[in-house]
Amino acid sequence: MFELIKARLRHGYQAIPNPLQAQINPAFPGCPFLAADADLPALAALCPTGAFSEKGLDLGKCTFCGACQRKYPEMIDFKPDFRLASDSREALYIAPGTQYQARFASPNTKLFQRSFALRNVSAGGCNACELELGASTNVNFDMGRYGIEIVASPRHADALILTGPISRSMAEALAETWKAIPAPKCLILCGCCAISGGVFAPSVQLDRSFLAHWPASIYIPGCPTHPLSIVHAIHSFMGAK
Amino acid sequence: MANPILIQSPDQLEFTTFTQKLRELMQSGYTLLHCFGSDEGLMYALLGKSGDVQLLCSTFPPGKEYSALTVDFPAFSMYERSLYEDYGIRAWGHPQLKVLKAFTDDHADHNDYNFLASESPALHEVGVGPVHAGVIEPGHFRFICRGEIVEHLEIKLGYQHRGVERLMLKGDIRTKNCLAESIAGDTSIGHALAWCLVLEGLAGTKAAGFHTRMIALELERIAMHLSVLSALSADVAYIMGQNMFAALRTTVINSSLAICGSRFGKRWLTPGGVNYSISKAQADTLSKTMEEVRIQVTDCCEALFNSSSVLSRFDDTGILKIQDALALGLTGITAKSSGIFTDARMDYPLSDEISFTALCENSGDVWARAHLRYREIIQSLDLVSRNLERLDPSAQLCVALEDFAPDSIACGIVEGYRGRIVHLCKTDPAGKPLWYKILDPSFTNWQALALVMRNGQISDFPICNKSFDLSYSGSDL
Repeated sequence: MFELIKARLRHGYQAIPNPLQAQINPAFPGCPFLAADADLPALAALCPTGAFSEKGLDLGKCTFCGACQRKYPEMIDFKPDFRLASDSREALYIAPGTQYQARFASPNTKLFQRSFALRNVSAGGCNACELELGASTNVNFDMGRYGIEIVASPRHADALILTGPISRSMAEALAETWKAIPAPKCLILCGCCAISGGVFAPSVQLDRSFLAHWPASIYIPGCPTHPLSIVHAIHSFMGAK
Repeated sequence: MANPILIQSPDQLEFTTFTQKLRELMQSGYTLLHCFGSDEGLMYALLGKSGDVQLLCSTFPPGKEYSALTVDFPAFSMYERSLYEDYGIRAWGHPQLKVLKAFTDDHADHNDYNFLASESPALHEVGVGPVHAGVIEPGHFRFICRGEIVEHLEIKLGYQHRGVERLMLKGDIRTKNCLAESIAGDTSIGHALAWCLVLEGLAGTKAAGFHTRMIALELERIAMHLSVLSALSADVAYIMGQNMFAALRTTVINSSLAICGSRFGKRWLTPGGVNYSISKAQADTLSKTMEEVRIQVTDCCEALFNSSSVLSRFDDTGILKIQDALALGLTGITAKSSGIFTDARMDYPLSDEISFTALCENSGDVWARAHLRYREIIQSLDLVSRNLERLDPSAQLCVALEDFAPDSIACGIVEGYRGRIVHLCKTDPAGKPLWYKILDPSFTNWQALALVMRNGQISDFPICNKSFDLSYSGSDL
């Protein structure tokens, strides 16, 4: 008993006061700026997931590995800003000469303003996004303060939050879980693998046909997604005042 | 002995000579490190014993049939199942010769899997997964129970199969950093380091940034052990422990972020060295943070291991006997908690500069696995500070890799936080990678979970599972 009190006193208050406005370490690679004169073919040659094209950078494919920034720091700069998510796939493309900004064009209807229950399905996820999603509920990030919770049953969920590139053997279980969530419901793609297949995109062992039938409402880039990015994304979508 | 190990392509033995040699080595105390087939139509077995590593190679057995080595050496059990699934090689006499991933090249059908079943009216079955109640990876567990007591547990994985070994060979293997880090994202550093070692072994390059790499590896171990202690606390309703260990883990992984930009140490390592060094100022901050973590971990663990409600759940739950752990060739926390004195940092050291002795527990129960994690956290904190002292901030970040040696096999062995990680790669006569093989300790260690559940309460399954904390993606690849 006394050991516990001693440990608790030393431990102190650990919650981040406002996760939406938190200061993150400058080493964190977040929202990128792509220079207007960036040599896109040179950047594309370095990128392990083919995130660069003539359109610019696709944040849905980016693993934030930093290979491009380390070689061409004058062309691309990942700013320490965790507000990475958007509500459309197109919004994740960054044209040369622009600074990426999170975009939530149409904050959700009033449906989920104060309460939002998530059911996670890991479909080939490497356990990094899964751990970060779990961390979003811990004492530091505590997304429960905004009414966002992770529930055990799809019957209790408002949204399915998908992690991983959807391995072929999880395709059926994913579809079944989605079916078990009562409408109205939405789909959240958490992490580079879920959005685009990531490093696993060229693998024949994926089956991403599920995503052709069901459009996603939130796209959260990252490899893995930072808990602050997750909290910001879902909170922005809820449109809470 | 050096690690990574570079081996000239070994002679192809006759299959009978191969199995005979294998039996001799196993009987003389060698440990099976890996056993696998390749598309060349060859079978390989990698064995090790205090500093000596042997790689045996043979053609497939005639008619792809032979009598199972598992019968005498249970350590072959999972490997023979894998050979059966991938190359159709039948090991006769194997007690459980079934597929692991329920896969053929163009079809995944888990519904066809043949689970052990009983028609006894006294027994019932409980199926769990692949989608679980929490935020974890997918896998299926099938229990056969007599009331509350588990008679048998069969673990069916394969849902995470992404074809990592084949992806490694698509394009230039030197650019596969992100892939290596995603084999099991919770062991990013462990797997990335093993991958780096293999490439450096093939290129004959001595990598820069040794101490930075060791700090990265130990930070990962500290963070993940804290994660397990948090989850174990949650499972026995010790909420204070759940929250405090989780917050301490945040502190540790944020220290990794401060150096390389990723809380999981992704993008930190690269073949030939590291992408991010630790500056003097960063080293001072890290050192101070780790000192505070040491005090708090000690306080929290003293509280945890003195709580009678926690002890009543941890003690004598899920006991893994040392003879089972030895026979199955298990590694890492799983083996060390049952009294096996093994650790890749000691058996296959990457450098002689810093001496290392493995820690062990004897009781093999949940308490042993939890308590060993506590002791390993403290040991890793020591290793971090010893490596910080030796850090040279002005040293080169990374050296360029030479061309790969032709017709060779390189092997890298790393003690990840779960146990021994083994990566191997073979080059063809032009020095181009021919195959790449990955072994996560979870692949064999899952058997321990099935064993300890026998005659246990089904309600003890969550804490037994957490206490081993095995990887699904690392096992399925």
